[in-house]
Amino acid sequence: MAAEANRFQFPRIRIGVPLLGLIWLAVTTLPFLFVIVTSLKTQEETFSAPVWALPAHLYFGNYLAVLHGPYFTYFRNSFFVVGVSVVLIVLLSAMAAYVFARMRFRLNKLLFGLVVAGMIVPLHATLVPIYLLTRNLGIYDTQFALIGPYVALSLPISIFILTEFMRQIPHELEEAAQLDGCGPFKIFWRIFFPLSTPGLATVAIYNGIALWNEFIFAYMLTSTTAHRTLPLAIWDFQGQYSSNIPAMLAVVTMTSLPLIVAYAFGQERLIKGMMAGSLKG
Amino acid sequence: MNIALSAARPKRARISPQWLVIAVFLAPAVGLLAIFLLYPLLSSLRLSLVDWSGLGNHSRFVGFANWRALAHDTVFWQSLWNNVLLAAASVVIELPISLALAVLLEKAGRGSRILKILYFLPLLMSSVAIGVLFKNVYDPNFGPLNVALRAMGLGSFAQDWLGDTHLSLASTIAVICWQNVPFYMILFLAGLSSMAAELHEAARLDGASEWTIFWRIKLPHLQGAIRTAVLLSVLGSLRYFDLIYVMTGGGPEGSSELMATYMYRTVFSSFQLGYGSTIGSAMFIIVSLVAAVALRMTRRFETEV
Repeated sequence: MAAEANRFQFPRIRIGVPLLGLIWLAVTTLPFLFVIVTSLKTQEETFSAPVWALPAHLYFGNYLAVLHGPYFTYFRNSFFVVGVSVVLIVLLSAMAAYVFARMRFRLNKLLFGLVVAGMIVPLHATLVPIYLLTRNLGIYDTQFALIGPYVALSLPISIFILTEFMRQIPHELEEAAQLDGCGPFKIFWRIFFPLSTPGLATVAIYNGIALWNEFIFAYMLTSTTAHRTLPLAIWDFQGQYSSNIPAMLAVVTMTSLPLIVAYAFGQERLIKGMMAGSLKG
Repeated sequence: MNIALSAARPKRARISPQWLVIAVFLAPAVGLLAIFLLYPLLSSLRLSLVDWSGLGNHSRFVGFANWRALAHDTVFWQSLWNNVLLAAASVVIELPISLALAVLLEKAGRGSRILKILYFLPLLMSSVAIGVLFKNVYDPNFGPLNVALRAMGLGSFAQDWLGDTHLSLASTIAVICWQNVPFYMILFLAGLSSMAAELHEAARLDGASEWTIFWRIKLPHLQGAIRTAVLLSVLGSLRYFDLIYVMTGGGPEGSSELMATYMYRTVFSSFQLGYGSTIGSAMFIIVSLVAAVALRMTRRFETEV
């Protein structure tokens, strides 16, 4: 269907751009095809048959090996760390955004400016002190080591997005609630939090994807399989079986699968969520 | 960014300042930011003044010796230069491709749905997955890139893409573009779809060619999005780490080294925590300066245009 629509449009577009579109389609999808096809081959086959040859027969041994390995341990750790982090990010940034969007006090502008400036900090400048802090707190190589940095480093952009969002909420609602005798806590819970749902979803999706794929903190603050997250499954596997290319590519597929499945279910939502990143900076 | 300026625009008094409420609502966020962002940055500056292996309490105060060493460290300047090259490539290669693809998707309308889905895929993968994938693509013997070149009779173009000091940076930058293009494509697409269709129609009725419409109407309309994209890609390039670390580790012989990979290597392979913190702090200062200058410039732009 897409092809038909494109062909229909072709006469109207200059030739260069559609050509680029096709080239980019190949550039984007061929690596994925390479991964999937190769991961269904045996190791010998990658040496004996050319790289683009389809597998002689579908070989699922690589995937079985991955599933029998510690895959689910990595998955569980990712799920726990990202889940807890996202809940905290949404809650804490909504609370802070409520204050920045609605409370009038002298330091409001200054504090908000400082928080937003946090968006440009290069994470790597914080690595060494966070590493030392984590060791001193005795939480090195636990899932809890990751939650603090993950939440803190996601807060600036999340607060920025939600403050913008909450500024759009009409004042009449809270004025009515105030007349009914609601205090600021109730107004936050009953009005601002529920009315910000689209903004909260954006924040949750954007940070959820970023943290699900996060590498450097996870790599630095954890050291054993029992506490490592999915991106490190590939890293650890690469260290162990660098010569078994099909098995390694099966790991690549399996670690990328969760987000691709999520994408299949909520495309537009997810793309909108990722767009939150365009506000960054 | 400029929204920060309007933070305290005058409003009708609604909730009288209740310091208790403000404190309770801000404390968790501000506390975490203080612990995991502000403290590390300050601590990093402090560590840049010591000589420490990270083991035991033998940190020795050395004043600005690390900073002086940094000023004469050719590896650092090489890595900063590589960061600049990456930033230039992002702006000159990544953004035009993203823009062209966004224009294509917007023109193709509903029929481009599948294209959009496929283009978007790299954004869902972790840098480690992408890095390992392309390490295999680039493999000099079995990698599909060289195999394909040889099959087409272009065997002389087959290269050790990541192992050659002249090629490693270009090879990794190509993958970074592959990873980032969909992001900017979506950013531009959002900009294009916010453009009034009537404008486009009117121009077409007036006999304007697609080319003219692009240069005279679409591009000016995308000005804000392009500015955001340039800012994001430059700042992102100056602090880039992931794919380079996964694919080459900054090598061979520092040919693809970036400030962040050099810092990481100094701390976690050479165990020079003091000097590593100096590199990290320098990176922080450079990024902040660039951001400050860029924001000042774009603000001036906004008032002029």
